[in-house]
Amino acid sequence: MKHFLLAAALILSAPAVMACETVTIGDLTIEHAWSKATIGAGRPGVFYVEITNAGSVDDALIGIATPAAGMPMLHETVVQDGIASMPHAMSIPVPAGQNVQLSPGGYHGMLMGLTTALKEGDSFPVTLSFEKAGEVTVNVDVLSLRAEGPDCADAGQ
Amino acid sequence: MRLRRLQLGLWVAAIAAMIIFAGTKWATQGEGVAETGPAFTPVFTLADEEGRIRTSAEFRGKFLLVFFGFTNCPDVCPTTLSDVAQVMDDLGADAEKVQPLFVSIDPERDRRLGLAAYTAAFHPAILGLAGTEAETQAAANSFKIFYGRENDAAAPDGYSMAHSPGLFLIGPDGEWLRQFTYGTPAADILSDLQSRF
Repeated sequence: MKHFLLAAALILSAPAVMACETVTIGDLTIEHAWSKATIGAGRPGVFYVEITNAGSVDDALIGIATPAAGMPMLHETVVQDGIASMPHAMSIPVPAGQNVQLSPGGYHGMLMGLTTALKEGDSFPVTLSFEKAGEVTVNVDVLSLRAEGPDCADAGQ
Repeated sequence: MRLRRLQLGLWVAAIAAMIIFAGTKWATQGEGVAETGPAFTPVFTLADEEGRIRTSAEFRGKFLLVFFGFTNCPDVCPTTLSDVAQVMDDLGADAEKVQPLFVSIDPERDRRLGLAAYTAAFHPAILGLAGTEAETQAAANSFKIFYGRENDAAAPDGYSMAHSPGLFLIGPDGEWLRQFTYGTPAADILSDLQSRF
């Protein structure tokens, strides 16, 4: 019975724990981290997040790492002359005083070599490496395949 | 007097050249981004998820929403297919008038990864097609769209695909009606379709 109650408490508290975490490192605030469910583990997952630089020094996101994928990379969807391509982004600028979004149709993390399929309701950690601020880890919520933006009460989209 | 006539002639020529230049510029600007254009009837012959050959002719009588993409695409393709899925849900009873098609531009890999599971995950109405390289190129040419393989050592299997990300609307008589550019909200696609029933 004790175990049952413990399990129930854990299950009930789980969604609140994983939902829309905000972390900070130095002048950077990282929030609204989300991903989409994948169909199997053979196709890449995606990682979206919002970064705000409240400081007076420009920074840049230079890499991501996660136990969920063997080869996570930063990419940018570029639509030029009616053709979409997805070049590798060496770094994503996070200028002083600005807010940068990794969001559908723009910058995104591409999670290749998934260790397991991402299922709606799951969450996984992603460590972001910034040129100046260093490393910080955020929990990423896996939303439905058809989600269009983060599922947070305060999300501005 | 002679000089004046020459001067006048040069002016006329200059103005005519400007008009022609502006005209061609305007015309080429429309290419690729035009939402409507001269009528044409794109055709295709491609295998479906079960390997059956499907042709454009068999879909006469229905509106077609056609998207060219590849299943290894994490950002553009899921976003567009999600919009298509939303449109199909919101059409309600009118959904039977519309057939959404996902045409693989990376057919060999997509068949290996499983096309049916992919399209079904977005919406059961979406039909996935994956032909041979030649059939796929022919279909793309017929739709006047571009796709190409980009070698990228960092991508899965060493390559990624560049492609026209638009969603194409074909009428019940097979005629190309318009494209919805990438990022067109599902609600706009829905109301456009509803205005045509």
